[in-house]
Amino acid sequence: MKLQIKFNVNGDEYSLAVEPWRTLNEVLREDLNLTGTKLGCGTGDCGACTVMVDGRTVSSCLTLAVSVDGKAVRTVEGLAPSGEELHPIQEAFVKTGAIQCGFCTSGMEMAALNLLNHNPSPSEKEIKAGLAGHLCRCTGYNQIVEAVSVAAETMRENKPEGADS
Amino acid sequence: MPKFEYFSPKTLEDALGLLAEKGEGTHLMAGGTDVMVKMSHGRLAPKAIIALQGIEGLNGIRFDPKEGLTIGASARLAEVASHPDVRSYYPALVNAIQSMANVEVRNMGTVAGNICNAAPSADTAPPLMTMGAEVTLVGLKGERRLSLDQFFKGPGLTAMEHGEIMTSIHVPIPPAKSGASYLRISCRCGVDIAAVGVGVMAEFNGKACKQVGIVLAAVAPVPLRATKTESIMKGQAWTRELIEQAGDQAAEEAKPISDVRASAEWRKRMVAVLTRRALEEAQERATRG
Repeated sequence: MKLQIKFNVNGDEYSLAVEPWRTLNEVLREDLNLTGTKLGCGTGDCGACTVMVDGRTVSSCLTLAVSVDGKAVRTVEGLAPSGEELHPIQEAFVKTGAIQCGFCTSGMEMAALNLLNHNPSPSEKEIKAGLAGHLCRCTGYNQIVEAVSVAAETMRENKPEGADS
Repeated sequence: MPKFEYFSPKTLEDALGLLAEKGEGTHLMAGGTDVMVKMSHGRLAPKAIIALQGIEGLNGIRFDPKEGLTIGASARLAEVASHPDVRSYYPALVNAIQSMANVEVRNMGTVAGNICNAAPSADTAPPLMTMGAEVTLVGLKGERRLSLDQFFKGPGLTAMEHGEIMTSIHVPIPPAKSGASYLRISCRCGVDIAAVGVGVMAEFNGKACKQVGIVLAAVAPVPLRATKTESIMKGQAWTRELIEQAGDQAAEEAKPISDVRASAEWRKRMVAVLTRRALEEAQERATRG
């Protein structure tokens, strides 16, 4: 039996009927065609499916779609809503060569956003802790850590005191 | 994924009513990080799921300098670990939570879920047990409070009866001149499930240890209180030799199995190492005060 849910994704309101056993990952990818969010392990171990729900990162593969009824979801597509101008985190990933095959990238970027929202000037150690559990099978971790550090700098420069990214 | 009915009640009364009405095969879900994995691995196929996240008043974290800490059943791991009073008074619990999984899972999962899932490797169990934590279980017939020592019955098995919901976990205020520690080892040094964990809480009176709790994770069917090790440390001044002896005793008490994460033999040896280190850290924290 389907349940009716309403939720916001990247600023757009959606009203959908979903079966209770479907994950947020499936609904984003299959129903809303937001395929920037990936599905890796399906068990919360790899970080590829990371999205934000009400401002904090979660594994969309471990989240039932029905549980986000009334909530606001942000996916990697929401980082660059115009589709043209990239978010400073995305810019930094491009600039530092932190993207190889790209499969882990959207999860890494959402985790980086979550980290920088809480801690605008993270140390290398804090960046690693913030991204821990996000697996890059191309093993380009050094560039990813560097990208987050570059993004942090840009975001500190761009951002007026107290504003949310 | 199995097919199930889903309910997200707004009140505890509604949740208890649903639990009774739907009967066997109904599963409670807090953060979902264990339930979802079990379902996708085919180890759990509930008829119905009752989500606890929408229940008002269940997500609180309250601290009172006399009463101690109360963690609501749907309070997220990350919220507990970043709570200022938890950070000041319960550092071993913070250490345990920070060692668990990744940021996303800690943003979803709950302490109550970690306890109810009853994995022998549950990281929050040793610090909570060493500090004398109790859980509140509410059913249609009423409410009971149970020591965590009486809660775990086996891997995935607890003293909770069908029809009951764990509403909160209560941790007493740590005594003056006490310190606690939680240390764990896993293959990937974090993110993954603990292969061995050791929690210690000790209270001192001068040099002598007034009371001590030592609980081992992932080396028995349940989080295991090392009672013999506790008895050799209690009442004593902790010398290097005594701490060495305690490590050996704890290894003796551990009843590990060999599995995908570690061999039984290695686990026993690591129990000795971690017990010594956790005793030292607890002692140091108590002295620092």
